Amino acid sequence: MDRQLLLSKLKTIVASYSHDKDALEYLSETTDFTKDLKINSANLVDVVLDVEEEFDIEIDNLSMERMLNVSAAIEIIESKLKEIDRK
Amino acid sequence: MPNRVVITGMGVVAPNGVGLKPFLEAIQLGRSGIVKDAQLEALQFSCQIAGKPVLPEALIARYFSELEWRNFNSSGILYGVIAAMDAWQDAGLSVAATEEPDWDSGTIFGTGTSGVDKFREAIYKIDELQARKLGSTVVAQTMASGISAYIGGKLGLGNQVSTNSSACTTGTESILMAYERIKSGQAVRMLAGSTSDSGPYIWAGFDAMRVCTFKHNGAPEQGSRPMSASASGFVPGSGAGALVLESLESAVSRGARIYAEVLGGNINSGGQRGTGTMTAPNAMAVQRCIATAVSDSGINAADIDLINGHLTATSKDALEVENWSIALQRTGKDFPAINSLKSMVGHCLSAAGSIESVAAVLQLYHGFIAPNLNCEDLHPEITGLIDASCIPQQMTTEDLRVVAKASFGFGDVNACIIFKKLIAS
Repeated sequence: MDRQLLLSKLKTIVASYSHDKDALEYLSETTDFTKDLKINSANLVDVVLDVEEEFDIEIDNLSMERMLNVSAAIEIIESKLKEIDRK
Repeated sequence: MPNRVVITGMGVVAPNGVGLKPFLEAIQLGRSGIVKDAQLEALQFSCQIAGKPVLPEALIARYFSELEWRNFNSSGILYGVIAAMDAWQDAGLSVAATEEPDWDSGTIFGTGTSGVDKFREAIYKIDELQARKLGSTVVAQTMASGISAYIGGKLGLGNQVSTNSSACTTGTESILMAYERIKSGQAVRMLAGSTSDSGPYIWAGFDAMRVCTFKHNGAPEQGSRPMSASASGFVPGSGAGALVLESLESAVSRGARIYAEVLGGNINSGGQRGTGTMTAPNAMAVQRCIATAVSDSGINAADIDLINGHLTATSKDALEVENWSIALQRTGKDFPAINSLKSMVGHCLSAAGSIESVAAVLQLYHGFIAPNLNCEDLHPEITGLIDASCIPQQMTTEDLRVVAKASFGFGDVNACIIFKKLIAS
């Protein structure tokens, strides 16, 4: 999947949980979910569930633990999508 | 010296009115909120009528953010938050936008269960091996203290934030617990109240016990018949009531409107001894609760102008009137006026005490007695104790000074509270 498309899909997902609309506006690969977007830490699990649904992938607990910023999220989503391609 | 405690704000989400104004109008006009419930009918309940608050989506959006509303499925928390925030605003209080919470203000907001529909949703997912997909809000919506937690966050409360639970006594108990906290000086302001979930999963247990009426499915508004000879069980209801309690000193210093003073009250239990069981009251305990509430308030039984009873429309109504009569030592025409809000809204269970207390305080403040519906055929055991004129079936205008409110619940628990109109000196 095109990286820009992936980023925009991710932006749509995190938008509903973000409490900092400015940071959301300038979302980039270095954006941190809790520090920049001010997402409530309890909602991180909801972000993961929404990502799973949007991309039709399953994110294991270890990956979930790492999914704290945009670059990690993209890396995880891409690798899960590749796994599907290989199957 | 202990603080005097007054009521400075109220909010209500009731089957016959959402918001203080619509509710006031409804109870003055004797408007019923009991309707046929299609879901109960589809599920083949014996009782297919109920009282549910009507909440348009646009109204809900004023209290819950889009994010909060995602995957939200707890009617009790919904009702409680609306009633609580309305009460806060009605008291002229603002929500602190500061980093620091309001240390002087807390809440005791009761419920019977929390988020029963959310819990059901979660159970299905768990059994389908989808536990990891529950999302982040199952705990907050289904923990008993979900309601006080939501309110505490909305209002930024920094004093005690807690949920009480004592079956159908819950609402009245919450007010007395909040009153004690202010009286003893541990808080300046407490939001008291209670809520109850709606729907079949909360009401089924009562239906199964056959304590709900099954004789009025074709005429919902006539179903809830407290004190009537043809009363055949209660009609399930739901909603929430909220009252801002505050020290008299604080209320006066900020120039707040004062609805009434909480003079005192009593909470006790019959211990499921004597005539008391899990589901039936120990009459001795009920009488003691009422008599103690009167003495605790420093008034005489003769001072009571109006009783807002528990009176659910079961066979126990006559026993309740007898208990009041014995406790107050007043009979016949000497008995105070008595009414039951349940004839209009049904039995709102854990929310009953707070919704009915809001109604009691409105009657005290505005000087009227709300009509009793559906008791044109008064129970002969009741008219054997007190005069029929004590049970108004039309709204009457009265200069009320003192109103007594009691609630009784499963577990043989009782609470009685005394409200007094504050006369400007």
